[in-house]
Amino acid sequence: MGEPATKELLSLDQLEAAAGVRTGRKHILSIMVENKPGVLTRITGLFARRGFNIDTLAVGPTENERVSRITLTLDGAVHPIDQVTKQLHKLVNVLKIRDLEPAETLARELALFKVSADGGARAEVMQICEIFRAKIVDVTKRSVVIEVTGTDDKIEAFEQLVRPFGLIEMARTGEIAISRGRSET
Amino acid sequence: MRAVDALMECLKAEGVEVVFGLPGGANLPTYDAFYDAGIRHILVRHEAGGGHAAEGYAKATGKVGVALGTSGPGATNLVTPICDAMMDSVPVVFITGQVRTELLGTDGFQEADTIGITMPIVKHSFMIQHPLEIPRSIHEAFHIARTGRPGPVVVDIPQDLSRADIPYEPVTDVHLPGYQPTTEGNQKQIRLAAKALANARRPVIYAGGGVISACAGVELTELCLSDRLPVTCTVMGLGAFPAPHAQWLGMLGMHGTRAANYAMDEADLIVAVGARFDDRITGKLDEFAPRAKFVHIDIDPAEISKNVPAHIPIVGDAKNILPRLTAEYRALEPDPGRLEEWWSRIEAWRERHPLRYEDSSDTEIKPQYMIQALYEATGGEAIVTSDVGQHQMWTAQYFHFAKPRHWINSGGLGTMGFGLPAAMGAKVGCPDQTVVCVAGDGSVQMNMQELATCSEEGIAIKVFIMNNGYLGMVRQWQELFWDKRYSQVEMGQWPDFVTLAKAYGATGIRLQDKRTLVEDMRAALATEGPVLVDVRVTREENTYPMIPAGQPARNMVG
Repeated sequence: MGEPATKELLSLDQLEAAAGVRTGRKHILSIMVENKPGVLTRITGLFARRGFNIDTLAVGPTENERVSRITLTLDGAVHPIDQVTKQLHKLVNVLKIRDLEPAETLARELALFKVSADGGARAEVMQICEIFRAKIVDVTKRSVVIEVTGTDDKIEAFEQLVRPFGLIEMARTGEIAISRGRSET
Repeated sequence: MRAVDALMECLKAEGVEVVFGLPGGANLPTYDAFYDAGIRHILVRHEAGGGHAAEGYAKATGKVGVALGTSGPGATNLVTPICDAMMDSVPVVFITGQVRTELLGTDGFQEADTIGITMPIVKHSFMIQHPLEIPRSIHEAFHIARTGRPGPVVVDIPQDLSRADIPYEPVTDVHLPGYQPTTEGNQKQIRLAAKALANARRPVIYAGGGVISACAGVELTELCLSDRLPVTCTVMGLGAFPAPHAQWLGMLGMHGTRAANYAMDEADLIVAVGARFDDRITGKLDEFAPRAKFVHIDIDPAEISKNVPAHIPIVGDAKNILPRLTAEYRALEPDPGRLEEWWSRIEAWRERHPLRYEDSSDTEIKPQYMIQALYEATGGEAIVTSDVGQHQMWTAQYFHFAKPRHWINSGGLGTMGFGLPAAMGAKVGCPDQTVVCVAGDGSVQMNMQELATCSEEGIAIKVFIMNNGYLGMVRQWQELFWDKRYSQVEMGQWPDFVTLAKAYGATGIRLQDKRTLVEDMRAALATEGPVLVDVRVTREENTYPMIPAGQPARNMVG
């Protein structure tokens, strides 16, 4: 039980509640789950019924075949993140949750853009691709399909630049993330 | 061994004495196994009755209840009890049949996506995909249901898998890496809470159903009595502290006492134990307990700061935490004199606003008097269940619950029709105790059919219907907030409960004279077998006091 309590006074005014805080920034949650049927439904169902809004969601295998990683992003301006993670922890199939620190995290997303690019426009689009280290993966007379990877900021910036050429379609994976350095995420 | 026979072995290994259920096509193999398994099976008349009976059994005994249903409608009939058990944290394992695996997803006969339908309302669920999974899943289901914050667990077993042969070996451990409830509270936090409590001048201990679940009534009482700490309980927590008592403020919340609600409103420190700051407690959240700091003790971390931000959160089992908090508090030797002013304020509220009603001057039975009479007739020595509505609130107000697990009601979900089957389950679990159900004339009809089960099985529950011929609570709201436009609340004069009771093989009694009520009730309680007592009460009586929905506690009316 340790040391007995000291009798010094404690003014109740000193007590502060720290919970339920809106951080105001984007959060990336890395959720390790058991690779079992229905687990994703449990998670998305939880978000839906608690009124939490998922911005992006990516699911895939990990180095351990019995474990999948779900990376999801949500807006900390709208949701109290501690409440979200606590609710997620209650799911029996959820093994570990990390609310990733932006500075210590590598986050990447893959996007495919189908852009109209005929005649003179094509060279300009290719130039933008070069700057963004984007790859053209399909070409027709009137369009190109471009593959871009990077942070969501980069992909959004790319989108802004190619949109004026005629953005026919866009597909994004949602971010996946891993921590920097040797230790596990 | 057939997987269903292994299932029986698992139930026995879990110490299951009784299950409540109803067979159908998809769980025929399970019922074949019951035929000579030596486990008591109570055949209910509707799966919902079985589910609530399992809840009543679990709440009265503290053990895990078990309810069974077949696939499709059997499982959907269990949805209300499952949700009820979730809201009130009741440990129940629901085992449902499912269509054969080859039919899954084909909209086969009596197919329903039981796992999908129940997903939002279970603590956890298992969809069996291989017969070998059955034993382990059953044990994991019991483990999850009973530990941490208790709750319902569904195990859905396709018919063909349940029939398959498996090599059965007893499972002695559970392996759930994602499920490790915190039980031991953090010592530093406990110490801080003790210090805050010792420095509080207007403290209130606010105890909920979690104290009952944790079997921590004694520990709660010790904390309260270690000083003159005022204590109030939620409707789920009644019995956690022995009422009546000088330090007992009565129930709090929408129909709680003024003393309890005003004390919360003016408190400088509220110690919440196993309670979740439900809207029926807080009223208008922004104006709830505006001067208070909060110590929040709960085994479910997600409850902490969900509705009201906690200043001192303590995650863990109340049974583990409360004695340590009491010890730390005692060690501080707090000055009891600091509470004098607070007590004189509380006493003034108590004196000015006791629970009261205007009694009739003739033979008419006031509903509040009916509960007082029942308290007298039972000597307070009974397990009391209720349905939901006015009668539930009056029972909570006027029946002084002195022990845990003696008050069984549907607090969170507010399920009409809960009381009668819950009483049935409680009586099965505690055969030596008097088990009484206080029902509404509306509610009781929602699971009336279980009276047949009681008669067949010799389950001697005593049901007292508070008959005012109305859906009383709705009528009250229509009277107070909807301009007395009584829309669809009159129940009329049927059924004749006395005749109906007889049809079900029970004893039917009608009581309508106040003067002999207590002795008539005693006679009913002494009657053998299940008894249905139709008590005719004042038709338009309101449950007071009340905090109008969405308003702060200090705006109580009535």
